Amino acid sequence: MQNTKSPRLAALKAAVPCTLPVLTGYLVLGLAYGIYARSMGLAVWCAPLMALVVYGGSLEFVAVSLLVSPFAPAAAFFMALLIQARHLFYGLAMLERYRTPGLRRSYQIFALTDETFSVVYSAQPPAGVDEGWFRFFISLLDHGYWVGSAALGSVLGAALPFDTTGIDFVMTALFTVIFLEQSRTRGQKVSALAGLGVSAACLALFGPDSFLLPAMAGILIALLALRGKIEPKGGAEE
Amino acid sequence: MTLSQQLLTIALCAAATLLTRFLPFWLFSSGRPVPEPVHYLGRALPPAIFGMLLVYCLRNVELFSGSHGIPEAAALLVTAGLHLWKRQTLLSVAGGTLCYVLLVQYVFV
Repeated sequence: MQNTKSPRLAALKAAVPCTLPVLTGYLVLGLAYGIYARSMGLAVWCAPLMALVVYGGSLEFVAVSLLVSPFAPAAAFFMALLIQARHLFYGLAMLERYRTPGLRRSYQIFALTDETFSVVYSAQPPAGVDEGWFRFFISLLDHGYWVGSAALGSVLGAALPFDTTGIDFVMTALFTVIFLEQSRTRGQKVSALAGLGVSAACLALFGPDSFLLPAMAGILIALLALRGKIEPKGGAEE
Repeated sequence: MTLSQQLLTIALCAAATLLTRFLPFWLFSSGRPVPEPVHYLGRALPPAIFGMLLVYCLRNVELFSGSHGIPEAAALLVTAGLHLWKRQTLLSVAGGTLCYVLLVQYVFV
């Protein structure tokens, strides 16, 4: 077989087409993210650095506004934990597939974003292609697309020939879409409304600069209290 | 924020992310069962957290002064309307953002 000569190259070749849908999405969102970060007054290195080391779109958008607000390390950490909490479950789903310890596995666990998860969880390598390298290259390519797009947006952000006032709405629009996608079943709608309601109440009570920590605590309590409504009769609703 | 405060904030975001991504492998790779409440919160949290993030995005909107939140409300309706109609994430995000940019640059100046 031709692939035995260079299993890595064969895996890379097989991985590229699987990542093209992610490339489209990351390119558009990454450009918008980089431009947004610059429009908020951040330095050119901020967006690509976060793309490289944080590597989680929603959190990075939020982090931009955290970086231009007063320093609040505890709120930033807990906010990051809650926004990224869903990754716990991608990890649980990948336990079997990511069994062999090592640097390559550690990188793949680090790089398990929503989009990469959706590809590595479902894509099967063609016959004769090494599964481990195949998934590794999917992760690496997606990460590269994201960092590259953020860097490009960040560089372009300062040189755009038009007024970028209002471009910050890209974060609101993105979260509106994810919110709608995440609240399709009845139980998800209850959870979504609990999140909106508790946060709005905390915003009214504590004001825009300090409502996040109480809102996060309130949401955890509300979700545990509403369990009967979110998942009736103990049956998991998917 | 000073430069070191910015770097620390980024490091905290990175650390929290690493924690959520590695924890399942540290705790459960030996085949130990995953506790039920953890599973439940995993299913129930995402919709609530994105609700919280929406409130966070809109936290500085002034309902009783300036443009009274009208550009935000209009752009939210466009985003949600486009999305419920076509279910194309990038189209909904681009349409809503464009609507907002036009409103704040040409209508509510």
